Amino acid sequence: MLAWTIYLSFAGALVLALLPRGNAALARGVALCVAVAGLALAVAGFVGGMGHARMVLVDVPWVASMGIRFTLAADGISRLLVLLTGLAAVAGVLFSWNIELRTNEFFAFFLALIGGVYGVFLSGDLFLLFVFYEIAIVPKYFLIAIWGSTRREYAAMKLALYSFAGSAMVLIGLLAAYATAGSHSTGLVELARAGLPVSFQMWVFPLVFTGFAILAGMWPFHTWAPTGHVAAPTAASMLLAGVVMKLGAYGCLRVAIGLFPHGLDPWGFSFIGIGSWRDVFALLAVIGIVYGALVALAQTDFKFVIGYSSVSHMGFVLLGLMALNQIGVTGAVLQMFSHGVIAGLLFAIVGRIVYDRTHTRQFAELEPMHLSRRLPFAAWAFVIAGMASMGLPGFSGFVAELQVLVGAWSVKPWWTLAAGVGIVIGVAYTWRALQKAFFSDAHAPHGLHMHVHDPHEHAFAAITWPEATGVALLVGVSLAVGLYPRILLDTIEPAVKALLAGGVQ
Amino acid sequence: MNYADLFRVTLPETALEVAALLVLIVDLAFLRKAALKVRLAAAVVLGVAGCGAALWALQYSRVIWGFGLHGSHELLLLNTFYVPPAQAGILILTAFTLLLLLDSSFTRHVGEYVAVVLMSAAGGMLIAAAQDLLVIFIGIELLSLGLYILTAFAKSSGKSAEAAIKYYLFGGMSAAFLLFGFSYFYGLTGSTNLHLIQQVISSSGPSPLFYVAWILVVAGLGFKVAAVPFHFWAPDTYEGAPAPAAAFIASVSKVASFALLISIGMSWMATCDGAQPLPRLAGILLVVAAASMLVGNLAALAQVSVRRLLAYSAIAHAGYILLGIASHVNFAGREAPSDFSRAAQSSTFLSTNAVLFYVLTYGLTTVGAFGVVGVVERATGSDRMDSFLGLHRRNPVLAAVLLVLFLSLAGIPPLVGFWAKFNLFAAVLGVSAGPVPFALVCLAVALSAVSLYYYLQVLKRAYVMPGVDETPIKAHPVTTVVLVAIAAAVVVLGCFPSLLQNWISSFYPTL
Repeated sequence: MLAWTIYLSFAGALVLALLPRGNAALARGVALCVAVAGLALAVAGFVGGMGHARMVLVDVPWVASMGIRFTLAADGISRLLVLLTGLAAVAGVLFSWNIELRTNEFFAFFLALIGGVYGVFLSGDLFLLFVFYEIAIVPKYFLIAIWGSTRREYAAMKLALYSFAGSAMVLIGLLAAYATAGSHSTGLVELARAGLPVSFQMWVFPLVFTGFAILAGMWPFHTWAPTGHVAAPTAASMLLAGVVMKLGAYGCLRVAIGLFPHGLDPWGFSFIGIGSWRDVFALLAVIGIVYGALVALAQTDFKFVIGYSSVSHMGFVLLGLMALNQIGVTGAVLQMFSHGVIAGLLFAIVGRIVYDRTHTRQFAELEPMHLSRRLPFAAWAFVIAGMASMGLPGFSGFVAELQVLVGAWSVKPWWTLAAGVGIVIGVAYTWRALQKAFFSDAHAPHGLHMHVHDPHEHAFAAITWPEATGVALLVGVSLAVGLYPRILLDTIEPAVKALLAGGVQ
Repeated sequence: MNYADLFRVTLPETALEVAALLVLIVDLAFLRKAALKVRLAAAVVLGVAGCGAALWALQYSRVIWGFGLHGSHELLLLNTFYVPPAQAGILILTAFTLLLLLDSSFTRHVGEYVAVVLMSAAGGMLIAAAQDLLVIFIGIELLSLGLYILTAFAKSSGKSAEAAIKYYLFGGMSAAFLLFGFSYFYGLTGSTNLHLIQQVISSSGPSPLFYVAWILVVAGLGFKVAAVPFHFWAPDTYEGAPAPAAAFIASVSKVASFALLISIGMSWMATCDGAQPLPRLAGILLVVAAASMLVGNLAALAQVSVRRLLAYSAIAHAGYILLGIASHVNFAGREAPSDFSRAAQSSTFLSTNAVLFYVLTYGLTTVGAFGVVGVVERATGSDRMDSFLGLHRRNPVLAAVLLVLFLSLAGIPPLVGFWAKFNLFAAVLGVSAGPVPFALVCLAVALSAVSLYYYLQVLKRAYVMPGVDETPIKAHPVTTVVLVAIAAAVVVLGCFPSLLQNWISSFYPTL
């Protein structure tokens, strides 16, 4: 049943591409229907899959002569991320309700991207996973280049080339693994069982991990993320931060760690405390956490703050993966979900609710606008989203980051401490953004002086129902997971256990 | 020697020649006063019918396994496993390029144009099956002379004439190289037959002169497939030739030349390199392949003319294909120096299949790409990237076709270009282990990431940047149908690659 999320999304994209142009309302309606149907399927699959291990959904030969099969399979991690994709899709459609330029094409690209993302999360065959991974590149490019804002063509091309370079590294790994395993099969299970030599895993692991981690925003390959997020239209930045970065993290977990676990073994020597690829990537993750947070602290553009915060939060995912123990990896997977929801919410508030009304994202220009008074809904939504992003107890981010830190502590206490500093800086930049954008007392510069109760101060457009619904949906999910993380953890934990048992430790 | 047999074996080529003459006669005798449109339609219909007849003849004529003058040892033409797919590909692509002619107006001599296309196609058919140096040379000249004429066909365009002169000068020189190389082979072995030459080499071992001759042959054939450093004609010719002629050069001529390379490579490289610790013949090809990938992809980055861009991308793709050809023999030779062992044979099939798949789908995609360029060029008067501005409004169907074809050339799944690349690289790695093939595959994958940039430059203008001129571009309905069919084939074959793969391997002898 979950497989239909993929077919439905691509069919929706095709229908939208063929629909007569000029009827934006119809296009929106179709897109919302498809996204909601996808979410319903994802929820049904998630609920129905509770307590089940890996389930093969579809398995038919695709290219028999090369042993490539069209295999769709779902374990707890897949089901969780499919659920996240469904949420992000619905929220994305709701927050792009005001797209008037080439509406059909917008939603067609949007749904094609969603379909590719569903496909990656559900693939049970490495080749198929790669195909879906690449399918997701092209819609991203057009979404940003056509409907984006600041330096959109530059950002779109940068994102496309970074993604394609990353996938080229993955493709080399895929080809090498396929040839080394005897050119019989590209199934994930079969390749994991093929007994690839340790020396082979040693060099192919960093290649594939880096290839995927580029899309997960790993420092120093993260620079596409802030520019891409800022330039993208709201729905696209929600998807980029919400699910596309998770594609990278998912690939790191499922492919790099799942297929080449011995690549994480110690090298046998150590250099300034680094004795394995695991140390290398954990260090990069910690640098990403602290660096992203520090840079976010210095931004003058509201959206850049969120963009760099994504780099910081994705660092937690990578750190959790490199902890390689049950609690760390579980935390990483939960952080993928949590960050997907929260980052989507933050981008929706900044990019849609605030920017589309004020037409600026610069703090200097937002400060005199007194948004807390004029857009109270946005202000309070951002307060809640900010608290979730800081990792306050009661929200999903807290549970996830705590687990990551606990998992990493047992391996690298000092580095974990540095990551903890990252959280503190996270509080600082969120606070700063909140204060500057919404709760500032500053007045307009002289000459443009506006009184606090200036009658000429034009009112902003009222909050529309799609915006309110979208915010409620995302806040509700984050709260629900934060208050009762068991509903997700019960699904994640067995899947992580199975994955780790597949070779690691 | 039996002329009835000869006629039966060359029935497809004969069908093409007869069709060419028919086109000329009909155009000259019956349609002298008719409107250009009618003459064009008649010539194209006859030409396509000729291709169809040849395709039909292909099925029924080649029941004989090969044809020779004095028994099986002096084969002239051989209908072995890779030949029928290549020849069928040549005919289908020729038909497509003829259909694209309907949308062009560069010449009033349509009968002559179609006749020359058909004769060139016959030359291509010959070299795909040729097993004798003389037949190869005659076939190449038949093909090439036709291509020079086609390039110069837009008589009112200075560019066309310039391109033809350049093409002709380079072509003449490379033919001289080729012939010189062939003469060495004859001098060394006393035979012009590929198999006899192979036997002599395997019994006496390759002499140093053999390598000199091989380099000369690679120079000659490298010119045909536009491989670096024999590529200088390609950008000018692609830019100056009339669009349908450029499509023909980029597709049919490529398919035929690569089929020839497969046959020469299979018979010689296996024997010659098998005995050597260092596979020198394949090594020479690998150097050419790497240079082509690098130069093609990097030079394409700087182009503003879409045709020149396609020319450099063709050079890059030639590099990928040469990589496939050079590697398959590598291993086959090492395992079995003189006789084809089972393993070697199956690996040869594997990589030949991959190379053929790549060449055929690449030819198809290029024909479509030139079709789109031709339509846009007719409407805007230029093939510069900026004439594609706002194409998605001016002609949405054309823009969609362009999107599919260019993404396929860049190797984005689920389009056929991705599958072709994956298949080829997997075959290279599966057949020849070792650091050199692996490094070259890495280079190829990395450079295809680079290639996305220049393909996106065109698509960006078609879809993203605002257009200056919003008047719709009209394409001939047949052209639209052909282009949509090509795009659909690119998608369908990309999703179900086994359709084409199984068709290619259906010609293999059972192991």
